[in-house]
Amino acid sequence: MALRAQFEQHIEVHKYPWPAVWGTAFLAVLVRAFLPVYFPNAALLELPLLVTLYFALSRRNPGAGLLLGMGIGLLQDSVSPVPIGYYGIAKTLVGYAGSSIGGRLDVDHPISRFLMTFAFFHFHQGVLVLIKRVLLAQPEAMFSTRLLLASLVNAGIAVALFPLLDKLRKAS
Amino acid sequence: MRVIQTVQRPLILLATVVLAQVLLLAVQIKRGDVRLIRSWAVWVLTPFQRAGVSAIDGIGTAWNSYVSLRSTRQENEKLRKELADLKLRSAHLESRAAEADRLGGLLAFREANAEVPMLVARVIGAGASESSRTLYIDRGESDGIHKNMAVITPEGVAGKVLEAFSKSSLILLITDKDSGAGALLANSRTFGVVRGTGEPTVELRNVINDQDVAIGETVLTSGLDQIFPKDLPLGTVASVEKGNPFKLIHVKPAARLDRLEEVLVLLTRQEIPAKKETEAATKAPEKKP
Repeated sequence: MALRAQFEQHIEVHKYPWPAVWGTAFLAVLVRAFLPVYFPNAALLELPLLVTLYFALSRRNPGAGLLLGMGIGLLQDSVSPVPIGYYGIAKTLVGYAGSSIGGRLDVDHPISRFLMTFAFFHFHQGVLVLIKRVLLAQPEAMFSTRLLLASLVNAGIAVALFPLLDKLRKAS
Repeated sequence: MRVIQTVQRPLILLATVVLAQVLLLAVQIKRGDVRLIRSWAVWVLTPFQRAGVSAIDGIGTAWNSYVSLRSTRQENEKLRKELADLKLRSAHLESRAAEADRLGGLLAFREANAEVPMLVARVIGAGASESSRTLYIDRGESDGIHKNMAVITPEGVAGKVLEAFSKSSLILLITDKDSGAGALLANSRTFGVVRGTGEPTVELRNVINDQDVAIGETVLTSGLDQIFPKDLPLGTVASVEKGNPFKLIHVKPAARLDRLEEVLVLLTRQEIPAKKETEAATKAPEKKP
């Protein structure tokens, strides 16, 4: 406990009310399922991933991060025409990795956020491709121009979205 | 030790969670879809999706109504302008149709009296004086018109040529104060003189009080003025009063002097047979409503 406190003293760990966390996650999945109905190009937007990444980087708690990622991923699987666990596994790994890295890097700077979102987007897509090829035995391209465009779009959205989510932080 | 545990615990949790989801995937591949989880998720999300769709549809309807209203307003203005243009065009076409009718009547009159040389002329202006009743026509000396030639319409006498210019002529209408024509009552064959008064009606003078004159009786030209051929319609008796020493008789001109647009100029004083004149009037095309 003392060691943990000592550990947390060196790294700023942000705390969020759990209704705000799960409410935001729920909203992200809802918008992700809803928006492409009216705006087909909105399918590029990966809001559940951005929310998973944000809370993972900010809370810097690997256990909480991976559980949050699993929850968001499974919820997204439930409203998508994919097997349950498809997004769940990917976001679990993103949640864990993001929380682990968040403790070592400055994640509040806009450029840092842009680059990390860009990198984690590709990581997330890589996991999905592996699941499809290895576990589901379905062909899936590893890289495409659309993927690159989507990663840039989501990284740009993250730069604007993350400061808004910062307002959910509990006052320390 | 505790540091290692702090690091290992999340790893163990990660491995457990990932393995569980991999097993879940395997179950679905083998047995099919996991409907229970999906049912719960859809049950939770559907009300929000419905609310979102309703809200967006409402906003969309309001926006479309606004845009439609704007476009309706623009279309309305465009249609109003189009309607105004069409009304103008319609009025123009009606005028052309009326002109065609009039010209048809004139043509019929000419054809019915082909032996009498006459010229069709268009009224191009009125006299500048307020007190005079004169008109300008588009025929003049170059067309064979001279001073004191009779000017008529298929309905009756209009006036005479006051001045003839090269390409136009000035016509003195019978309603002018300076105008006069020899006249006779159709029934009694009583002679008189028709004088203009500057008013829409003219006066039949020099008819003695003892003479019976009926309202509605036709007044014809007598031919005694050396201008108008005999037996052309001048008008009909509108009112009769006893005067001193002659009757006061007002005559309504047969020709529609307030609506003259085309006239006939008689190039000679040759008489126009009344029978043919009547046939020509009946043959004139009927004006369309």
